[in-house]
Amino acid sequence: MSLHTEPRIPHFRLAVPPVSGVLRPRTVAVSAVLAVLAFLVLSWDVTVGDYPIGLTDVMRALAGAGDPGTLVVVRELRLPRAVVALLVGVAFGVSGALLQTMTRNPLASPDMIGLTQGAGTAVTASIVLGWGGGPLGIQGVGLAGAALTALVVYVLAWRRGTTGYRIILVGIGVSWICTSATDYLVARGGRFQAQEALGWLVGDLNGRDWSAAVPLAAAMTVLLPVALLLGRLMRTLQLGDEVATGVGTRVQSVRLALLAAAVGLVAFGTAAAGPIAFVALAAPQIAQRLAGAAWPPLVASGLTGAVVVLFADVVARTLIAGVELPVGVVTGVLGAPVLIWLLARAYRADSEG
Amino acid sequence: MTSRVGVRPVLLVVGVCALLALLCLASLAFGASGLSFGQAMGGLLGSPQSRQVENVVWSVRVPRTAIGLIAGAALGLSGNLMQALTRNPLADPGLLGVSSGASFAIVLSIAVLGLRTLYGYIWFAFAGALVASVLVYLLGRLGRAGLTPVKLALAGVAVTSLLSSITSAFVLTDPDALDRFRFWSAGSLASADGDLAARILPFVAAGAVLAMAAAPALNSLALGEDVAASLGRRLGLVRLQSVVAVMLLTGGAVAVIGPVVFVGLVVPHLARILTQSAGIGPDHRWLMPLSAALAPCLLLAADIVGRLVAEPLEIQAGVLVAFVGGPVFLALVRRRRLAEL
Repeated sequence: MSLHTEPRIPHFRLAVPPVSGVLRPRTVAVSAVLAVLAFLVLSWDVTVGDYPIGLTDVMRALAGAGDPGTLVVVRELRLPRAVVALLVGVAFGVSGALLQTMTRNPLASPDMIGLTQGAGTAVTASIVLGWGGGPLGIQGVGLAGAALTALVVYVLAWRRGTTGYRIILVGIGVSWICTSATDYLVARGGRFQAQEALGWLVGDLNGRDWSAAVPLAAAMTVLLPVALLLGRLMRTLQLGDEVATGVGTRVQSVRLALLAAAVGLVAFGTAAAGPIAFVALAAPQIAQRLAGAAWPPLVASGLTGAVVVLFADVVARTLIAGVELPVGVVTGVLGAPVLIWLLARAYRADSEG
Repeated sequence: MTSRVGVRPVLLVVGVCALLALLCLASLAFGASGLSFGQAMGGLLGSPQSRQVENVVWSVRVPRTAIGLIAGAALGLSGNLMQALTRNPLADPGLLGVSSGASFAIVLSIAVLGLRTLYGYIWFAFAGALVASVLVYLLGRLGRAGLTPVKLALAGVAVTSLLSSITSAFVLTDPDALDRFRFWSAGSLASADGDLAARILPFVAAGAVLAMAAAPALNSLALGEDVAASLGRRLGLVRLQSVVAVMLLTGGAVAVIGPVVFVGLVVPHLARILTQSAGIGPDHRWLMPLSAALAPCLLLAADIVGRLVAEPLEIQAGVLVAFVGGPVFLALVRRRRLAEL
């Protein structure tokens, strides 16, 4: 294994018990810029619609001022959708960063290892077979599907421990089985159920209101801090299982906890908006390049995810006048070049799978 | 092959042929309309039967069985060819995105150009299969370590998810297209009509001839690219020949039965196990025809089971194949060590 010797990057230690860590100014600055950018794109997203509202009016309405009509449109109709987009983006970005770091493979994302497909099968089943009503029902079903798939992947990849590459291949196999089951359910269901299910499977933000945003926000207030705390332990995993064990990391339990956090985030995100293609894959890689880091930084990955989803939503609604494309179609097309680039340069000789 | 051919290879050929014949008969005999076996056979052999019986047998079950045979053989050959060419035990036209390339092109031709007939869109299926297979192959080769199974599988997933998200965009904006697409995309033999079988046969036959002709060169390739080259094989020609064959076989199969995953994965492994136990070894001159015979067995068996278990509904053959093939894939992944992959 060739160790990558980095040039000295300026950093300072944060050591206020019980939290300690290394903060790099560049990562912090990139995160701040991304946060501002996310807010701007969110405002832009709110301006788009049948009844155009200027950017300044949107800003004013977000702050609670402006005329009552605009306030209602912004707060009740457009803001929930934008907030769901933001939260889903953050969830996918962080989840992707966790999985990519854990498996030491930039191509391991929830789309690739079957989590979103598992959630998709469960939700399609609930739509076609008529289980569970209301958005909370769908969220619960999607969560259960993703969690179950993750469990199956983890158990099947287990053979005297798991390795990153085996999780990926097992995940690909499981995701194909799930895709076939989904195809069957879509073919079996009625015409309108099929349309609803397929719309959800592409990843769609149309008509999301606060009832979709609230459970997602609640879940993320729990899962994000867990993910950030685990992020520290995760870094030793990147050195390889033997080295990580050598420096005192309990490899299997950390990996299980990471998987649980990543699954939770992606499951709640998928339940709210469907599996929006490539966000979990691309966002961490973009954030990593922006921050010039050796691994995807969690906060910046989440913010990049938010910017990507919000921007894709704006494109999806303005690209063809009068047609609201599902946001997943836009991210699917935008994500392809990123993916090709990743495949081109992802594999160093020592991380070969 | 001038050397002695023992008893076991003969038994193998006889056994596989018998199995295939049995499944063909079963496929003709069982189905939703509840004919007795005798009635079905009578209808087939031309003994006087009611008009309805003849109709069911000749215009529903015979085409369906024929499509199962042709498309199955195409997928089996294509899978074996891809595994041999990439020297990758996990290759399959469905897994590596070739099928999704074909189905994307078909949906595109239906949605944008308004094509309705098989002859209209089969060329698009071939083009889609070709572009997708070359794309996945090139993507899998990128990077320093060359073609590895993990990269190839990921490239397949990536291309599939890209194409399927665009396909969904077309299908979602057109409810009628969705209605046709969802049955086809689950991989079903049910929509087969008599013409269809006859129409794809020439394409699949051409692909099969190319695949068989590539067998000796693929045997050399199994020893490694350098060895194959020094044995006088022209690698570029072999690759071109194989890719064209994969295109014809996969494009033809997908155009008729939709994207079916895992047939091309499972069958070559089964064929290798059988040749091993017959004492022949992994010789592609045996593996190709064996794959072409075993794959229809799998597809027809899945189709028959799918017709019977969920009466009066049907479970599409593609779905059942995935439930058999998926676990085989997982077993392969678990069994092989990293070095062997």
